[in-house]
Amino acid sequence: MNDHEELDDIPGTTVFTTERSRQGFQLNQFCMSLMKEENRERFRLDERAYLDEWPMTEAQKQAVLARDYNAAIAQGGNIYFLAKIFATDGQSFQQAAASMTGMSSDEYAQMMLSGGRSPEGQRSIKEGR
Amino acid sequence: MARITAGVATSHVPAIGAALDFGKSGSDYWQPLFDGYDWSKEWIKKEKPDVVVLIYNDHASAFSLAVLPTFAIGCAESYAIADEGFGPRPVPVVLGHADLACHITESLILDEFDMTIINEMTVDHGLTVPLSLMFGQPEAWPVKVVPIAVNVVEYPQPTGNRCFELGKALRKAIRSYDEDLNVQVWGTGGMSHQLQGPRAGLINSEFDHEFLDQLVQDPDTLKKVPHIEYLREAGSEGIEMIMWLIMRGALGKKVKELYRFYHVPASNTAVGHLILKPTK
Ligand SMILES: [Fe+2]
Repeated sequence: MNDHEELDDIPGTTVFTTERSRQGFQLNQFCMSLMKEENRERFRLDERAYLDEWPMTEAQKQAVLARDYNAAIAQGGNIYFLAKIFATDGQSFQQAAASMTGMSSDEYAQMMLSGGRSPEGQRSIKEGR
Repeated sequence: MARITAGVATSHVPAIGAALDFGKSGSDYWQPLFDGYDWSKEWIKKEKPDVVVLIYNDHASAFSLAVLPTFAIGCAESYAIADEGFGPRPVPVVLGHADLACHITESLILDEFDMTIINEMTVDHGLTVPLSLMFGQPEAWPVKVVPIAVNVVEYPQPTGNRCFELGKALRKAIRSYDEDLNVQVWGTGGMSHQLQGPRAGLINSEFDHEFLDQLVQDPDTLKKVPHIEYLREAGSEGIEMIMWLIMRGALGKKVKELYRFYHVPASNTAVGHLILKPTK
């Protein structure tokens, strides 16, 4: 395997590699299925039953049910795919992003209005810069 | 012969499309963003391009993980609007320029850029938001579009150098089409943003401004910036900016900067916009 030491050195970030793409394949394909209104309706009606139609791991299913997007990403989910879940929920990209940071939606929105999160100290775990 | 008359770069944030579609473009939050495109809208009315070769990325809409092309080109007559989870955007269908697209495809592949050929696909906010920003809300889009989709979703994305070289090959391809067409090349996506994880919300204005300057004046240095630099400095989704290098490569050695706009925030993202004119 290629060495991804540099990619793994970015704080609070999961780079979506070919390996993670393989790990999250079924989870991400499930997300794509929510691009059809009929599937969104079926999902809303009984989320668990809908998820059980997919050969996903239990951890992936739990992450979806809990709308825990950090957990979903740890299980191979990719944010552009996961976006189909929060679009189905009627949640904005900003609210979903906020939910991954440990900040409230309001705090996060305020941070963005003030110019966003500074890259200072957010570039490298190892080098602490 | 077809002429490349200008290059346009712009972010393609989905929330911008939603703001327009739901009539919120005049709100305190969105007005300053849309004001930044007023000049461009007037400019393009006068320029009247026939075709836009539009470099963008699909956001898990047309391409699932089943098949994920690195570079793909649309040769279809038209492109339906994707349903990204909340119904398709209420914007006109996108008309292609199939003849030009086929010509470009042949030229690129014979030039050793192994494009994936698409004859049917839907297009998402990556392609439609730039059209909305430049043309507003018309009944029908006033240009035909040749879409070129770039994988920026899964690592490794193509390198900056490869993107720039593809742009150069694209220049040759467009200019060898024997119909007098006014063609613009657009690069979309960016600027700095991260949509995932505890670091979500990252914005690096300094990096963005330097990128804009270098894209105009010194793309030969900029094209060497490695992935890790974008990921660290501009956020995990900031890597979309490599697509702007394709546009820049298509414009030739020297360009004149006609217009620049930069704004933070649009949802989670820094918005950048450039209009460039090839001079040589
Ligand atoms: Fe994008």
